[in-house]
Amino acid sequence: MSVTREEVAKIAQLARIKMGEGDLDHLVPEFNKILEWVEQLGEVDTAGVEPMTAVIDQKLRLRDDVIDADPKTGGGRRDDVLANAPAAEHGFYGVPKVIE
Amino acid sequence: MSNYRIHGATGDWEIVVGLEVHAQVTSNAKLFSGASTQFGAEPNTQVSLVDAAMPGMLPVPNRECVRQAVRTGMAIEAEIHKWSRFDRKNYFYADLPQGYQISQLYHPIVGKGALTIEADEKAGIPEDRTIGIERIHIEQDAGKLMHDQHPTMSYVDLNRVGVALMEIVSDPDMTSPAEAGAYVRKLRAILRYVGSCDGNMEEGSMRADVNVSVRRVGDTELGTRTETKNVNSVRFVMQTIEHEAQRQVNVLEDGGTIVQETRLFDPGTGTTRSMRSKEDAHDYRYFPDPDLLPLELDDEFLEACRASLPELPDAKRLRYENELGLTPYNARELTADVEVFARFETLLGETASAIGKPEAKVATQVANWALSVAPGVVKSLGDEADVSHGTAARQAAILKMQDAGEISGGQAKEIYEIVLKTGREPDEIADTEGLKQVSDTGAIEAAIDAIIAGNGDKVEQYKGGKDKLFGFFVGQTMKAMQGKANPAVVNQILKDKLG
Repeated sequence: MSVTREEVAKIAQLARIKMGEGDLDHLVPEFNKILEWVEQLGEVDTAGVEPMTAVIDQKLRLRDDVIDADPKTGGGRRDDVLANAPAAEHGFYGVPKVIE
Repeated sequence: MSNYRIHGATGDWEIVVGLEVHAQVTSNAKLFSGASTQFGAEPNTQVSLVDAAMPGMLPVPNRECVRQAVRTGMAIEAEIHKWSRFDRKNYFYADLPQGYQISQLYHPIVGKGALTIEADEKAGIPEDRTIGIERIHIEQDAGKLMHDQHPTMSYVDLNRVGVALMEIVSDPDMTSPAEAGAYVRKLRAILRYVGSCDGNMEEGSMRADVNVSVRRVGDTELGTRTETKNVNSVRFVMQTIEHEAQRQVNVLEDGGTIVQETRLFDPGTGTTRSMRSKEDAHDYRYFPDPDLLPLELDDEFLEACRASLPELPDAKRLRYENELGLTPYNARELTADVEVFARFETLLGETASAIGKPEAKVATQVANWALSVAPGVVKSLGDEADVSHGTAARQAAILKMQDAGEISGGQAKEIYEIVLKTGREPDEIADTEGLKQVSDTGAIEAAIDAIIAGNGDKVEQYKGGKDKLFGFFVGQTMKAMQGKANPAVVNQILKDKLG
């Protein structure tokens, strides 16, 4: 498996990462080297082996349906969540107008 | 199959509709955080560090959201997948701080199910139809953008970010706007019965993506479809389908082709328009969310979900028909929504115990009252009515007097009017306002004797076989009694006297 220059440019654009022609010059071969390296895994016969979903065998933990049970994962902290916003106004995040 | 057709210039077309309904799961906290889901709070006051996608925060699923999705799946008799998984759907938008929505593409929690929409001749649904449901998966909602508050900025409120949604995907089984409308109504009823979604379309708790394609009658291949996003009422779903199907027929008959695209519905004009979107907007690069292990459900959890299901709309409707003896129409109307059947069942219980008869004996009377008489009175009073005065106990008291023949149907209405205006008790109103029928046989007999004496010729004709004249005597008696005589008593005495 390998990727083309156009594909790398598109992936960068989808991830909103600005990438110049010079960046692409060295990134495309680098990507392909990584893919080639990972492809070695294809040599292993995995017929009948369940795909692994986690390295450590453990169960998904679920939370109880309680509001703000733990302040670290609860709401009611508007000042904190807005603290890093470039433009916080009237309790909202302000962003460049994004209307179609 | 419905016989809904679009009559084009070159022939008839049929339509194929599938719906993706997004239903907000009823829960206190969000799908992966402890922040509240309450509607209408101050902006960004219900946003946790998880919802704001601060680095290092990890999602932990809310058990209640999982439970509600499973119960919903069971209510549509779907396969429940004991092993499901969360995936990331990647896209950039200002309402999505994570840069991806956590959803379930590859392994949804609920698989194939179905629901039945009932025949409705008037709406153009000639027979009951089963609509397949392909899947239900759980996912996060996005935030809300406001574009009209600032000249150069959009404002973002993330309170809704991370609230749990069920996406309920139907098969492309619907063939008319009416069927799609019936499907949404039925689905909404089931969700509200189960209690997994409040179904409040105005607040956006339920919204539909409407997939429509057209094909010539007799074709078996599906046409190219369009998807109209975020339609938020049953009426708008139906309008979207009507308009979009007609538009597609016009394009095809003019020699054009349908582009598979996303469209928007404009409620103002009842039309749809193309969403200007970038070419790669749909390249979501789904992959399993590495922050979340697979969701595995055990038998105990599933059994508890099943045991907690209430009587569902179809079962309730059949019970109303078979055990309470209601007409199919009344049974359908009364079971269409949670609040309607809850009010009916309360009133039925009150009335049956007030009268001292089994529920089945009074069900028809209560059903007619609840569906037609009482709403009619409320409507005629308009703003004068305070419906909080119309308690079940007061309504039952009126129905009891009517059952005993103490008041007529007309008097029942008049008494209920006064109840709604004043909150007075029905028995007291009937007494003080003179709203009671006369069942006193003496008074009625006297009136009838006078009428028979004054209409000798008609009595002769009646006895000579002109049965229709019986109505004349009833009318005269009621007139003489100023409409307050108990008709059953009048009939009986007239029959006796006229022999």
